[in-house]
Amino acid sequence: MRTHRILAILAVLALVLTACGGGSGASDVGLVFDIGGRGDQSFNDSAAAGLDLAVDELDVSSSEASANDDGSNREELLNLQAEENSLVFGVGFLFDVPMQAAAEANPDVNFAIVDGFVDPEAYPNVASLLFAEEQGSFLVGAAAALKSQTGTIGFIGGVSIDLIKKFEAGYIAGARAVNPDIEIISQYVTEPPNFDGFNDPASGRVIAQSQFEQGADIVYHAAGGTGAGLFQAAKEYSEANGTKVWAIGVDSDQYLTAGDDVREYILTSMLKRVDVSVYNTIEAHVNDEFAAGPVVFDLSVDGVGYSTSGGFVDDIADQLDAYKQQIVDGDIVVPTTP
Amino acid sequence: MSKDRWLALAPPIASLVFAFVVSSIVLAISGANPFVAFGNVFEYGVRLNTLVETINWSTPLYLSGVAVAIGFRMNLFNIGVEGQYVLAAFIAAQVGSQLDLPPVLHVSAIILTAMLIGALWAGLSGWMKVTRNVHEVISTIMLNSIAVGGVVSYLLGVWDVPDDTSLDTALAPIPESGWFPDLNFLVGGNTRSDLWGFVLVAVVVGVAYHYLINRTRLGYDLRASGANASAAEASGVDPKRTVVMAMVLSGLVAGLVGLPELLGDSHTYSLRFTQGLGFAGIAVALIGRNHAAGIAVGALLFGWLSRASGILEVRGDAPREIVAIIQGVIILSVVIAYSIAERYRRIEAAKAAAAAIGEER
Repeated sequence: MRTHRILAILAVLALVLTACGGGSGASDVGLVFDIGGRGDQSFNDSAAAGLDLAVDELDVSSSEASANDDGSNREELLNLQAEENSLVFGVGFLFDVPMQAAAEANPDVNFAIVDGFVDPEAYPNVASLLFAEEQGSFLVGAAAALKSQTGTIGFIGGVSIDLIKKFEAGYIAGARAVNPDIEIISQYVTEPPNFDGFNDPASGRVIAQSQFEQGADIVYHAAGGTGAGLFQAAKEYSEANGTKVWAIGVDSDQYLTAGDDVREYILTSMLKRVDVSVYNTIEAHVNDEFAAGPVVFDLSVDGVGYSTSGGFVDDIADQLDAYKQQIVDGDIVVPTTP
Repeated sequence: MSKDRWLALAPPIASLVFAFVVSSIVLAISGANPFVAFGNVFEYGVRLNTLVETINWSTPLYLSGVAVAIGFRMNLFNIGVEGQYVLAAFIAAQVGSQLDLPPVLHVSAIILTAMLIGALWAGLSGWMKVTRNVHEVISTIMLNSIAVGGVVSYLLGVWDVPDDTSLDTALAPIPESGWFPDLNFLVGGNTRSDLWGFVLVAVVVGVAYHYLINRTRLGYDLRASGANASAAEASGVDPKRTVVMAMVLSGLVAGLVGLPELLGDSHTYSLRFTQGLGFAGIAVALIGRNHAAGIAVGALLFGWLSRASGILEVRGDAPREIVAIIQGVIILSVVIAYSIAERYRRIEAAKAAAAAIGEER
C-alpha cells in the first residue's frame, strides 16, 4: 500500500516535471546578443526590434541573452538557447565559430547568424544574414557630399575592423561620386582587439568636435552606442557657432531612436535592416520554410538604405534614388575596402 | 574547529550569504522571484557540462589571481595582468603557429614564450619603478593600453591570415602538436565541452606559489617588504631587486592566463579571444586574501557564477547584471568581514594579554 502510494506520487511528479521541461514548442525563438546587449540605439536594438515585431505578429515566444563582458560564453549561450528554442539567433560576426559548434551539437534546431557567414554545406541548419553595408553607406555618402557647404565631411568608425571599413569604403565612394574633390576626415575610436569603440559616447563626442572644428559640416558614424556622442557634439557645435552641422546615423533610423533634443541634427541614417532580416527568418521558420545558407540584404531588396525621417534629404531624394538605381542595376559597383 | 580557523572561514561564508540576501532583495525589487531565479541557476549550475565549463574558466581566473597576489604580497598593485596576458597569448599564438615540433616540446615552447613575454612586460613596470620611481599603477595601466591597443592591434594587422568568408581577424592556427591534451576521461568523455587539461598547470602554479611565498628566501623578502618596507630594508632586503623580482614573477604567471583558452579551445588568437581576465584576477585575489587555496575558492566561485548565470536571461528570470551585483557585494563584504574579524582577533589578543598581566600581579 505504502509503496503504491510512493510510486503514484513519483509518477505524478515525473509527469509534472516532463510537462515543465518540455517547454520548447515549435515556435520559440532565442536570441543571443554580443557584449552590450540591448540599448545601443543602433545595431543590437535593430535586431531586438525584429524580434519584438515577430513576438507581436507571429505569435512566437522569445528569450534573450547577452554574452559575458569578457565574451567567453557565446557558445554556451547558443547551446542553452537551443535547449529551450527551435530557432536561435547570434547577433554579430563573432558568433560564427561558436555557432558552428552549437549547430553541430543541436542538429534539430535552426540557427541564424547576423553579419556572419557559416558554411551551409557543413552546417545545414544555419542561415547567414549578410548586409551590403557599403551600398547603403554609398547613398548617405552621396547625401553628405550633396548637402555639405564646406566641402569637408567626416566619418567615425567604432573599431577599425573589416566590417566597419565596409561602411567607410561605401561612404567615401558615394561622396566622391558626387564631388571628386571632397575632403573626407576618417577616424576610428579604437583599434582591435579593443572593442570599446562601439560603446564610448565620450570619445565619440571628442572626435566629432575635432572633425567639426576641422571644417567638416556633416559627420557619419558607424560606431553603435558611440554615436550618441556624435549627436551631442553636432548639437553643441551648432548652438555655439550658429552654423548648423549635421550627423548621419547608422543601422536604425536614429532620428526616431536618439533623443528628442538631438534629432533635428540627424540628416539621415544609413539603414541596415537587421530587424527585417530577423523578422523574415522567424517568419520563414514558423512557416516551415527556413533555408540554410547566406541571404544578402542589399539595396535591391531594401535590406540597406537611407532614412527620410525629418525631411532633411527630401530635396535630394531624386539624386539619391538615381544612385540607388545605378547600384541595383550594377552600373556602380561599390568597393568594400577603403 | 579551532577558534582561529573559525575566524578565517567565517568572513567569506558570511559575505557569500550576505551577497545572496542582497541580490535576492534586488531581484525582488526589480519584480523577479529570487527563489525561481536562484533555483534555475542552481539547477543549471550543477549540470556536469556547466561544472566542466566552470573549471575551464576558473583556471585562467586562478592564474590571474595568483599573478595579482604575488604583487599584493609586497604591496605592489599589478593592474597590468590584463595587458601582460593578452600580449603574451597573442605572441605565443603566433610563435606556436609557426613552429613545427613534436607535441610535448611544441606545447612547452608556447608556454615558455608566453611566460617570457608576460615577465618582460611586467618587468618593464618594475624597472620603471626602481629606476625612475614611476608608480606601478600608472605604468601598468599605460602598458595595458600599449599592449592591447598598440602592439597587438598593429601585429594583428601584420600577422592576420585573411579569410574571405569571415569578418573576423585571426592568426594562423596552431597545429595539433601544440594543443594541450584534454581531461575528458575524468568526466566520462561525453560532455559537450572539453575539460581543458591546463587546469593541471594551474595546480602546479598554485603549489609553487605557496612554496615560494612561505618557504623560500625570496618569498620571505617579498612578505617582509610588503609588511614594512623600511624594516625589511634595514634587515638586509634589497628593495629594488625585490620589486623587480616580484613584478617579473607576477608577469611569468600572468603570461599563462590566456593559455587555457589558446591551448585548450581556440588554438588561435582572433578578435574573439577573451579579454578582461586580468582585471577579474584582482577581485579573485582580494577574495582569496592572496592565499593559494583562497584564490582557488575565489576563482571557482566567480567562474561558477559567470557560467551558471547564463540561464537567468535565457529563462527570462533576471538580467545578467544581477551577477555583477552579487560579485560586487561579495568583494565588498569579504573585505569588510575580514577587517571586522581582524579587529575581533586583536581585541581577544589584548584581553588575553591583559589577563596574563593581571595573573602575574
